Amino acid sequence: MSTATGMQAARVNEIVARYQAKPASLLQILREVQECCDWISPESVGIVSRALQLPRLKIEAVATFYSFLYLQPRGRYRVLFSDNITDHMAGSRELLEQMCKRLWIEKGKVSEDGLVSVDTTSCTGMCDQGPGMLVNNIALAGLSAERVDAICDLITDQVPIAAWPSAFFAVEDNIRRRDILLKAEAVPGAALQAAFARGAEATLREILQSKLRGRGGAGFSAGTKWESCRNAQGDTRYVVCNADEGEPGTFKDRVLLHSHADAVIEGMTVCAYVIGARRGFLYLRGEYRYLLDALLAVLARRRGQRLLGEDIAGREGFDFDIEIHLGAGAYVCGEESALIESLEGKRGTPRNRPPYPVTHGYLDQPTVVNNVETFAACRLIAERGGEWYARHGTPESSGTKLLSVSGDCGRPGIYEFPFGVTVREVLNECGARNTQAVQISGPSGICLAPDEFSRRIAFEDIPTAGAFMIFDRRRDMFEVARNFVDFFKHESCGFCTPCRVGTSLLSNLMAKLHGGRGSPYDFAEIEKLNIYLQTLSHCGLGHSACNPVLHTIAKFRPAYASRLVHHEFVPAFDLDRALSTARQMTGRDDSGAHLKEDT
Amino acid sequence: MNPIAADLKSADMDTPRKPKVRIATTSLAGCFGCHMSFLDIDERLVALLELVEFDRSPLTDIKVCGPCEIGIIEGGVCNAENVHVLRTFREQCTTLVAIGACAINGGLPAQRNHLPLATLLQEVYTTRPGLAHGGIPNDPELPLPLHKVHPLHEVVKVDYFIPGCPPSAEVIWTFLSDLLAGRAPASDRRTIHFD
Amino acid sequence: MSDSCFSLDGASIAFAAGQTILQAAMDAGHYIPHLCFHPELKPHGSCKVCSVRVDGNMMASCTTPARQGMKVESATTEVDDQRRAVVQMLFVEGNHFCPSCEQSGRCKLQATAYELQMTSPHFDHFFPDRAVDASHPDFLLDFNRCILCSLCVRASRDVDQKAVFGLAGRGIGTRLIVNSESGRLGDSDFAATDKAAQVCPVGAILRKRQGFNVPIGQRTYDVAPIRESDRGGPEKR
Ligand SMILES: Cc1cc2nc3c(=O)[nH]c(=O)nc-3n(C[C@H](O)[C@H](O)[C@H](O)COP(=O)(O)O)c2cc1C
Ligand code: SF4
Ligand code: SF4
Ligand code: SF4
Repeated sequence: MSTATGMQAARVNEIVARYQAKPASLLQILREVQECCDWISPESVGIVSRALQLPRLKIEAVATFYSFLYLQPRGRYRVLFSDNITDHMAGSRELLEQMCKRLWIEKGKVSEDGLVSVDTTSCTGMCDQGPGMLVNNIALAGLSAERVDAICDLITDQVPIAAWPSAFFAVEDNIRRRDILLKAEAVPGAALQAAFARGAEATLREILQSKLRGRGGAGFSAGTKWESCRNAQGDTRYVVCNADEGEPGTFKDRVLLHSHADAVIEGMTVCAYVIGARRGFLYLRGEYRYLLDALLAVLARRRGQRLLGEDIAGREGFDFDIEIHLGAGAYVCGEESALIESLEGKRGTPRNRPPYPVTHGYLDQPTVVNNVETFAACRLIAERGGEWYARHGTPESSGTKLLSVSGDCGRPGIYEFPFGVTVREVLNECGARNTQAVQISGPSGICLAPDEFSRRIAFEDIPTAGAFMIFDRRRDMFEVARNFVDFFKHESCGFCTPCRVGTSLLSNLMAKLHGGRGSPYDFAEIEKLNIYLQTLSHCGLGHSACNPVLHTIAKFRPAYASRLVHHEFVPAFDLDRALSTARQMTGRDDSGAHLKEDT
Repeated sequence: MNPIAADLKSADMDTPRKPKVRIATTSLAGCFGCHMSFLDIDERLVALLELVEFDRSPLTDIKVCGPCEIGIIEGGVCNAENVHVLRTFREQCTTLVAIGACAINGGLPAQRNHLPLATLLQEVYTTRPGLAHGGIPNDPELPLPLHKVHPLHEVVKVDYFIPGCPPSAEVIWTFLSDLLAGRAPASDRRTIHFD
Repeated sequence: MSDSCFSLDGASIAFAAGQTILQAAMDAGHYIPHLCFHPELKPHGSCKVCSVRVDGNMMASCTTPARQGMKVESATTEVDDQRRAVVQMLFVEGNHFCPSCEQSGRCKLQATAYELQMTSPHFDHFFPDRAVDASHPDFLLDFNRCILCSLCVRASRDVDQKAVFGLAGRGIGTRLIVNSESGRLGDSDFAATDKAAQVCPVGAILRKRQGFNVPIGQRTYDVAPIRESDRGGPEKR
């Protein structure tokens, strides 16, 4: 064994030992191996397999599911450009090209010396300060041509990332409007004391009375979820905070975890008190790896303050602690049952439901999964009371909502509004002009045209997980939809046929239209695929994968009509180009060596 | 309802005074197996000839497909010439029928599709031992191969498919008699075969 | 003993507690097309070929628990159209050249395509580059024909108590892998007597040296359509 592999083996063994070789920690172990060794070599797979007593295949199956884990070397510097439409609008594709040229590499390939690879990744959540990128999973925002040049220099000079200028890693909160949630001062322990004073059952009543609905998108009543979990049969209970925030255009959880982490964690602790849980998890998306150390520090501080751990806040018998699990690049892990699979160290495949997590969640035990913002709101409710909270917002959508505003506007960032705010009010406040469309709640949400701007952000009108992407009149809504379709194709977990194959077929058809090869035939095909995705898919990802196209077709039909340049069907590929290899190999260029386009 | 069907709707099959239906057939990257199976309809061919006449087909000497009601094609699309013939058929025939496995999914010729064409040409014409004087033929008379072999429906719109390798004479006969009688050809689950 | 019933295309189907729609339907001798379901293995619900309309929504019948009084539509044109599209997706996703496949005539994908009156794969083919693994002395593994149903995965794990097969990758890159350092079947602990050797619905896991032991035209689904051989019912067990 060479010393290099010997050292690597020692590090892998150290990681495995730190996680006590628990199979449920497989994903965390692999993530750390990736981080310290730059890839997961067959030797590392072997070590993990033996230590965890899992077949190799299990390890390979998990590693290949997540975008940020590599079973082949991907370079010592792994650059991933965020590929959301807002990054495109801020010039990400040009910057990517610039970088590839500077470094003499092809997108998606590793440089010959094994130093660097450059590729794209799904939205990294820096939409208000794009373009964003990840280098070895550390987030960078606000990229410019100069910054990219500087990064290329650092890479060619092989400067360790830890020694890069810290300004490169600055991420702004950009909080533009505060309401009850962001204005509140979360004194650590205050909400817990209020909850203790009331008692668990009465605290649950406050949450129910607040009519708080989940902020992760579906809008299920938080109180009802807690109540079902509290009443469910089980040996033990778990609290899970969903910080996967993978929906392109959403970044409010990042800001909450950066500047209001105490509020979120205290919300989780209140939940633990109400349902009787002893363990909690915060599932942090891999793109937010850069937040990990600060979050761990908050947890440690709170343990010091006796707000986590045993006999919390002096309350005998109330033990609760939180572990942070990192994702590794898989949007589908935001779906609660996939998230739980991922927490258990497995591939993030959505489970068959029922049963639901409230009865059969983590390790089949009753589990509450709530969004980051939901927990922050619960903290507020525990302190101020349900009735007070319900006075804000609308009767069906109590409280406020954090909106992640990005795209074509003067002041992108976080806006906290009471539910019921109209789309137009938000547009005015963020300085948007000549707005053509707003995509609310990300690609799986809804696309609105100007005649709908008087509609309201509220579960009874336009529900949202928070994304608010603005497109002015310069933008091509077909290309917006195409970007979203490609996102779904990239993120499909591959479990069920209609989504696994259907998202690829849809993406190919959109590429066909984009390439000027569209006809009404393809349009009809797109509409059919939308139906298959919507009705046959296994989980919400597949169900909503057709939304971008459905909505833009309905509201921006001319953007499609202009793509249906042919009256009759033409092939998806260029026939003449399909002869290019043969031409090259035979040295022919006569007329018979070409095929004219169908007209 | 398809156009010929509409046309023949009024005509009774027993009164052959109506103008005959023109049919063209050809084989692209195929083995003529489907054509052989077609000929297996035996004496029914005589009955068929009462109703139809053949344009371009291995049965006639016509080299270029003219206006027809029905075009039937076996074999996939492998090279430039296949594309020309297929496009002519699509232009000239009201109803285009893909017959056999190769026309429907590329079949045997498409089993080269996972290999890059350059590798294939090199392997076949230059690196394989025992070649007289290596070199990839570059005679302008020869059609150039496409990167991949495609089924017909990936290149033009196809109206009907008769699967099978080859489809039986029975299946072909039923299909044609349906089409000629103005019935939408039914695909009976008992007669569909991919082998 | 069961006194609970639901309606399947108007027929009344009795079910036992814990049964799914498909299980109950098969026990009652009804055929619902399916590929990733096997009566002896835990339902998975991934292929979606068994989708039925339940009180308005399409659901995978293999994993949806039967409920008293539910109204299930299966044999309708609209449902079959959607199932056919799913089967067509499976055809274009892999490389299926039936005339040169040893499984032809015994293949459930093919027979289900017949059942759904599929005459063409309809979509553009992906023509993926997938390998063939001939390393095992008795079995051939042809990834070109794998439809990712995971029956072999479940059989190996739950019946054989091994982990010979697993699914890896994500999305359209999902693929079957084998548990051995080389990744080859010959180096795994796969055995001809494994349940996993018997459940592949297509020609992806094939026993060697069986070529044309039954002539084309006289094979399982040449003799009787899949709706008859695969409909379960007490007499079939
Ligand atoms: C494909 C998919 C992705 C999702 N991603 C997230 C996410 O990133 N964050 C989140 O809170 N909820 C996400 N959800 C919703 C969760 O499944 C779940 O409803 C939510 O975490 C519940 O918390 P809440 O009630 O507080 O909203 C996603 C759902 C689907 C179907
Ligand atoms: S719908 Fe898509 S993401 Fe959801 S289970 Fe199916 S393949 Fe996976
Ligand atoms: S596996 Fe089935 S569908 Fe695929 S080629 Fe073989 S017989 Fe045909
Ligand atoms: S090899 Fe066969 S049984 Fe296994 S997943 Fe593929 S198709 Fe299913």
